[in-house]
Amino acid sequence: MDTVLFSKEIRRNTLRCLHSQGSGHVGGSLSIVDLLAVLYSRHMHVDPTNPKMDDRDKLVLSKGHAGPALYATLALKGFFPLEWLDTLNKLGTRLPSHVNINLTPGVDMTAGSLGQGFSCACGLAIADRVRGINRYVYVITGEGELQEGQNWEAAMLAADKHLDHMIVFVDSNKMQIDGYTRDVMDVEDLVAKFKAFGFDTQRINGHDHKAIDDAICRAKAVSGKPHCIIMDTIKGKGVSFYETMGAGVHSTTVTDEQYAAALEELK
Amino acid sequence: MELRKEYAGELSRLMKQNDKIFILDADLAGAGGTKPLYAEFPDRCLNVGVAEANMACVAVGLASCGFVPFIHSFAPFSTRRIFDQIAVSVSYSEQNVRIVGFDPGVHTTYNGGTHMTFEDMACMRALCNVAVLDITDGVQLRKALPYIVQHNGPMYMRFVRKQTDTLFGEDYVFRFGKAEHLRSGEDVTIVASGTMLFDAVKAAERLAVNGISVDLLGIHTVKPLDEEAILASARKTRCVLTVENHSIHGGLYSAVTEVLSAKVPTLCDAVAVRDRLTQVGKLDDLKRDYGLTADDICRRALALVASK
Ligand SMILES: Cc1ncc(C[n+]2csc(CCOP(=O)(O)OP(=O)(O)O)c2C)c(N)n1
Repeated sequence: MDTVLFSKEIRRNTLRCLHSQGSGHVGGSLSIVDLLAVLYSRHMHVDPTNPKMDDRDKLVLSKGHAGPALYATLALKGFFPLEWLDTLNKLGTRLPSHVNINLTPGVDMTAGSLGQGFSCACGLAIADRVRGINRYVYVITGEGELQEGQNWEAAMLAADKHLDHMIVFVDSNKMQIDGYTRDVMDVEDLVAKFKAFGFDTQRINGHDHKAIDDAICRAKAVSGKPHCIIMDTIKGKGVSFYETMGAGVHSTTVTDEQYAAALEELK
Repeated sequence: MELRKEYAGELSRLMKQNDKIFILDADLAGAGGTKPLYAEFPDRCLNVGVAEANMACVAVGLASCGFVPFIHSFAPFSTRRIFDQIAVSVSYSEQNVRIVGFDPGVHTTYNGGTHMTFEDMACMRALCNVAVLDITDGVQLRKALPYIVQHNGPMYMRFVRKQTDTLFGEDYVFRFGKAEHLRSGEDVTIVASGTMLFDAVKAAERLAVNGISVDLLGIHTVKPLDEEAILASARKTRCVLTVENHSIHGGLYSAVTEVLSAKVPTLCDAVAVRDRLTQVGKLDDLKRDYGLTADDICRRALALVASK
């Protein structure tokens, strides 16, 4: 499937999911959609009918609050019915606001308490290596999330153990909850930091599908080092009024009117 | 008024009088209500980003220089996530840090399982010298703050950021370590903390209609517990029901039964979360699912009275 069409479908269904609740983590869900579209159409070796198969690529959505974007992607890939998207956050749901390894087919790790996913992914990569499974582990973290020191413990480990089947994507949408990341607690220069930690590091436009695809291919061609792809993105990407909302887009409403207007833009 | 507004408003008043109060946040200053203080007191407010462990130990550095730091996050992230930082650098080092946990227990609602804690009070209560407050409403929080600032020793407090319901009137007086005797009765003692006091008051009224008289104790200070009030009530009613938005392990039920079993062995039961995982949902649905409603209080109180 064309990744551009797929990304629109994911955005529409991410908003469907959030609209069923009336609000949620809109901004940070929409900013990773292009990555998910490219990963799940060109790279992720997974089987929707056998989501736990040993020989699969794994994704750790460490910024677990972006669950709705992953749920939309997984539903469109056939991991579960699209109707599940309307159950977000209802008691007993399989789709909680923050991702859970036990509740949702296709979700490989629990996340939501920020800063833990990167370490969990190291464990996955080491387990694959020990078991002789030659697959990739992908991590998606927010740039705000990188303020958690545990990420840098994981980065040190990944480089020391040459986890070259691990690719970490930093969704650098430049905002966290309390405002612009550079105003709250600057995390840059991320390229220099990851390079200094021993990563094969690239920085790309995180909404350019060809750039994402090329970067993943380039990363896979480098052996002996873990990989970091810093993606410059826009929080709320794809819907004009969310893109221009400012830091408030982190957690905001998806009213009937907003949902209708967004679908109009995403035709 | 939302609790977070009461909180920030009273802190602003106190910070004008006391230049030792220091505010620390970990990317939830807007959510928790302290954001306006950053403009008012730029030198005494610090947002460390999403880095709770760092926040705790920075606060300890400040406390060791005579400041009274308040650290804030959602209840799991300001307690269990940084337990060793609090154990070693705050408790063991006897540093005057105030730890604030937002939206404890079921009040986490849509943020769900990863953000919900039923063990924050257990963690904090287990640490030497850390006082534990489970706040009921905005009036209580506002009236408690002047005391909280001058308390000698570390302290943990949990409250619901956006809550607007109030139980107490403007004449309310906060007395640290003292239970509020809200209702006198003979048949059963109900000891409730935090927001569960709202449900306990409702339940006591319903039980009264059914001819059961409740001795109702409201607890804000879970540690140190008002042992005298609990022992006196237990001697009178000979059965005690505790009510908390927390796990049955390590919170109010544990605190109350620790005292009773040693001094006045008494039949007890608890309205509390019984070793269940956290989950996402609406407040009402969660309260029903975990058995934390006024109905649950009535049902357990009646069973206790019947088995006396
Ligand atoms: C340990 C922890 N502390 C605080 C939070 C609350 N929180 C949720 S998202 C967020 C900001 C994250 O910023 P970023 O990683 O840049 O996410 P994005 O902008 O991509 O959504 C915070 C502080 C949390 N989920 N976990």
